[in-house]
Amino acid sequence: MRRRTWIVPTAYIVFLMLPIYWLVNMSFKTTNEILGGFSLYPKEFTLDNYITIFTDPTWYTGYLNSLAYVGINTALSVAVALPAAYAFSRYRFIGDKHLFFWLLTNRMAPPAVFALPFFQLYSAVGLFDTHIAVALSHTLFNIPLAVWILEGFMSGVPKELDETAYVDGHSFWGFFLKIFIPTIAAGIGVACFFCFMFSWVELLLAKTLTAVEAKPIAATMTRTASTSGYELGLLAAAGTLTIVPGAFVIYFVRNYIAKGFALGRV
Amino acid sequence: MNKTINQKAWLFVLPVFLLVAFNAIIPLMTVVNYSVQETFGDNTFFWSGVLWFEEILTSERFHDSLGRQLMFTFSILAIEVPLGIAIALTMPRKGPFVPVCLVLMALPLLIPWNVVGAMWNIFALPDIGLLGYSLNALGFDYNFTRQPGDAWFTLILMDVWHWTSLVVLLSYAGLVSIPDAYYQAAKIDGAGSWSIFRHIQLPKMKRVLTIAVLLRFMDSFMIYTEASVLTGGGPGNSTTVLSIDLVKIALGQFDLGPAAAMSLIYFLIILALSWVFYTLMMRNEDS
Repeated sequence: MRRRTWIVPTAYIVFLMLPIYWLVNMSFKTTNEILGGFSLYPKEFTLDNYITIFTDPTWYTGYLNSLAYVGINTALSVAVALPAAYAFSRYRFIGDKHLFFWLLTNRMAPPAVFALPFFQLYSAVGLFDTHIAVALSHTLFNIPLAVWILEGFMSGVPKELDETAYVDGHSFWGFFLKIFIPTIAAGIGVACFFCFMFSWVELLLAKTLTAVEAKPIAATMTRTASTSGYELGLLAAAGTLTIVPGAFVIYFVRNYIAKGFALGRV
Repeated sequence: MNKTINQKAWLFVLPVFLLVAFNAIIPLMTVVNYSVQETFGDNTFFWSGVLWFEEILTSERFHDSLGRQLMFTFSILAIEVPLGIAIALTMPRKGPFVPVCLVLMALPLLIPWNVVGAMWNIFALPDIGLLGYSLNALGFDYNFTRQPGDAWFTLILMDVWHWTSLVVLLSYAGLVSIPDAYYQAAKIDGAGSWSIFRHIQLPKMKRVLTIAVLLRFMDSFMIYTEASVLTGGGPGNSTTVLSIDLVKIALGQFDLGPAAAMSLIYFLIILALSWVFYTLMMRNEDS
């Protein structure tokens, strides 16, 4: 019995890979072959779909736009979350518990609720259709998440570390930047990963807040699907390419990913 | 950890507070504002009190979407949590396959949600999709764009595919934190695999499982993009869950008042249920 347990995770991974395989399979087919009927692998192997994406600016700028706002969001969220998480993990102050729960409530707000007011807010302040607007709107759920994860990791660091540093004559910021941040480097990596992830996969707000200049790749895909007929091959290729950055960043945090999902609380 | 009382800590929290408040409070006030006013589309607004709230709370349409939402959320929780635990228990604890397993399992979590929907759409198409074609070849009359039952099956299968890994990763993190000595002690006592699970593994996973359930509950209650790309709420209204319905009212029909009232009711339901989970979680953490 004990020996055969590997079947369960293996079957699960096969199940996970099947739809991904199908997407990749479609991306190497011509539109004619896709519409022509069912086939398990591409018979007329073609790279045309990928060539179109890499040469047509309406496609590849979508990727650059997405990466731009995801990058700004990640940097901003983690930078402001660091001192806040430190405060939550080390100090007690008026309203701390309420504030912590209030932050979490923003993680619970359905983006569908905020889509329209966000559109009006960012239009009013003149940021509509900029990368900054999407990056700022995604801080709504990424800052609470980053604070939670970092607080979890920081609480695992004994307070004696802080006290010893002060005795040794370090100033607060000297200690924070030179000693504390390197100590929780893994936690910062995980927080960055999660901010990247949730900003990368979100579409509703990103789509509502952009029109042309900052349009994310995911929105380009949905608009292509509805306007120029249904070019499945192209859509599949674009979809396949959106998986690549994710796969790339998972590799770096693979040993910490579970701890991160536990919000640093294992 | 015993914490020092220090009111200056507010300065550290201030940037976070200001940014989140900008994004949370201003839009929330906009929603509250719309929810109590009536407009005829010419930018003049009239006070309408709780009219919209009454309208939404008594409307059959809202009851139906809420019912579908609850059915969806509880179905996926009932499948994903036990399945996730089972997979975590059978995963190798050490060796070269651990990172491979973790990376492959985490992959679905990093795919943009509309791509997840599009991918499953292509995968489930009855004529050219692997799933749809195979099911029909096996003799099932499967067509998720026409039959509500099939649409539900596909929607739930997609969510299981997308999010079970979250439960797996969390449970796994709880499991690997159990010291070997516990297992050796259990072996000496002659404990079977069930009692090891019940008395050693489950208690260790309790905290992470609460987080998993909390996250899965919140996210499945807000599901929009994947479902809207896969089924668009159809066939008919059969898979129209709360967010899809809300977007139809707000951006499709531009009925701002009812949409705003529905938003607030929707938000309050999530808030109330999440608060229950949160309290449970914090109680675990304190003990």
